[in-house]
Amino acid sequence: MATNKVHSNKVPSALAIGIARGGLEVKQFMRQRESVVFTLAFPIMLLAIFGSVFTNELSDGVTFSQYFVAGMIASGLVNTGFQQLAIMIPVERDFGTLKRLQGTPMPASSYFIGKSIVVFVTMVIQVALLLIAGVLFFGVNLPTDPAKWFTFTWLIILGSAASTALGIAFSVIPKSGRGASAVVSPVVIILQFFSGVFFVFTDLPGWMQQVAALFPLKWMTQGMRSVFLPDSFAAQEVAGTWETGRTFWIILAWLIAGLVISIKTFKWEQAR
Amino acid sequence: MSSVINVRGLEKSYGANKAVAGIDLTIEPGEIFALLGPNGAGKTTTVEILEGFRDRDRGDVSVLGTDPGIKGEQARKWRNRIGIVLQSTNDAGDLSVYETVAHFAKYYSNPRGVDEVINAVGLTDKSAELIRTLSGGQRRRLDVALGIIGSPELLFLDEPTTGFDPEARRAFWALIQDLRKSGATILLTTHYLDEAEALADRVAVINQGKIIEVATPALLGGRATSLATVSWKGPNGIQSERTDNPTALIRKLTETYKDEIPELTVKRASLEDIYLEMIGGADGHK
Repeated sequence: MATNKVHSNKVPSALAIGIARGGLEVKQFMRQRESVVFTLAFPIMLLAIFGSVFTNELSDGVTFSQYFVAGMIASGLVNTGFQQLAIMIPVERDFGTLKRLQGTPMPASSYFIGKSIVVFVTMVIQVALLLIAGVLFFGVNLPTDPAKWFTFTWLIILGSAASTALGIAFSVIPKSGRGASAVVSPVVIILQFFSGVFFVFTDLPGWMQQVAALFPLKWMTQGMRSVFLPDSFAAQEVAGTWETGRTFWIILAWLIAGLVISIKTFKWEQAR
Repeated sequence: MSSVINVRGLEKSYGANKAVAGIDLTIEPGEIFALLGPNGAGKTTTVEILEGFRDRDRGDVSVLGTDPGIKGEQARKWRNRIGIVLQSTNDAGDLSVYETVAHFAKYYSNPRGVDEVINAVGLTDKSAELIRTLSGGQRRRLDVALGIIGSPELLFLDEPTTGFDPEARRAFWALIQDLRKSGATILLTTHYLDEAEALADRVAVINQGKIIEVATPALLGGRATSLATVSWKGPNGIQSERTDNPTALIRKLTETYKDEIPELTVKRASLEDIYLEMIGGADGHK
């Protein structure tokens, strides 16, 4: 310290710190073996269960597993981003981790970037494992059209970004880390039922479909169906088409809303 | 204004409760300054305002020439020059000591060497261990390592040795004294009077939101000039006498006893006696 008295004013950039935080968060995540196994294996378990229960074909050559894998990926976006963060951030707040960070030159934006990275990385691994298991064991067919892979890619990127932002935004609601799961999980589960993750969306009551259409999970699920189901299935959607453009704009709107709320309301410590 | 911390007329209320009721404070470069006071005296609120964690209602505050209430990029530049060791952090601990310190080093423009800092806090043996395996005292040392990794000009230490055994406290004090040699200014809050006495150049006693006195530990509360109690074993058992001039009394006693004055002690009020007297009857005292 004594030899290094001249302080340059070049504080590392928010992006550089954010990327460093992302690496650290991924490392931390990978070391929590239980949560790694749960996060990565749970979607595969669900696919196995639903694939065994509903063995009928929806139409020629399209199994329920094929329909369900779309819902599983979309709901993975909500679980790894929104649910995970809205539960973990209050815990970090309780532990004093956030207050310690607040006392350093690390800005909130770096913290957000770090969270986006860990959510995205987890999501990529989760989807890869789900698709491999789906193809190997449950007869899931991967799309061959490059346009569908393009949709798939932006859905994962935009979806995990929106889910991250909404998770950070929602993290101000639980009053403590211990109670967070009880506040967050019901929101996610209800949304999953309403959004057609577990059932064929158009079989749901109309009011449920309308409520679901307000939230991003319905659109993520529909977007993923457009990737994994033949285009002939578009006719069975509510609008009679995949509504890909609308899906993009609605998820983007939720991303922006999540970011704005996060920036305005983010709390480093629980008010006493 | 070359003072590291300069506070004038600081006030802060929570509802009807005036936590800080007009505080003035000046801390000079290179000082170890201790803030002493009972729970609820306004200690934490004052320090958290100085650390930029809390807004104030009234008063002028300058820390390293900057208002701690600043936001954005200016706040980052300011935080780049200070270090904060909070009361307790309880991370999940899935990272090693080295990984954690190395990561925090990336937040600052002029970090100290990672190994050097780990060595300075005495955790070299634990460098590769996960934080979850550390003892309470070792975790506290890690907290300090994270507070000093950015080569701070000013370090805040909030009750650093709470929960330490006596040996660990001694070792910790030596660490803090080493930090002072490096030129950093340190603001310490503590419950422990012996800690303030061992470390601080100056002590401020705060009670009911006000600073009662600022002095060196030796002079606090008129300690140096207070009456001393001289006691010895006389023919009828232990005798004692309170005097403002113990030397004269002892000189007189040496004439009586020629050789050794039996069981002679000279006792001045301890810092604790003085302190308890100063905050005596305080409502906020728990």
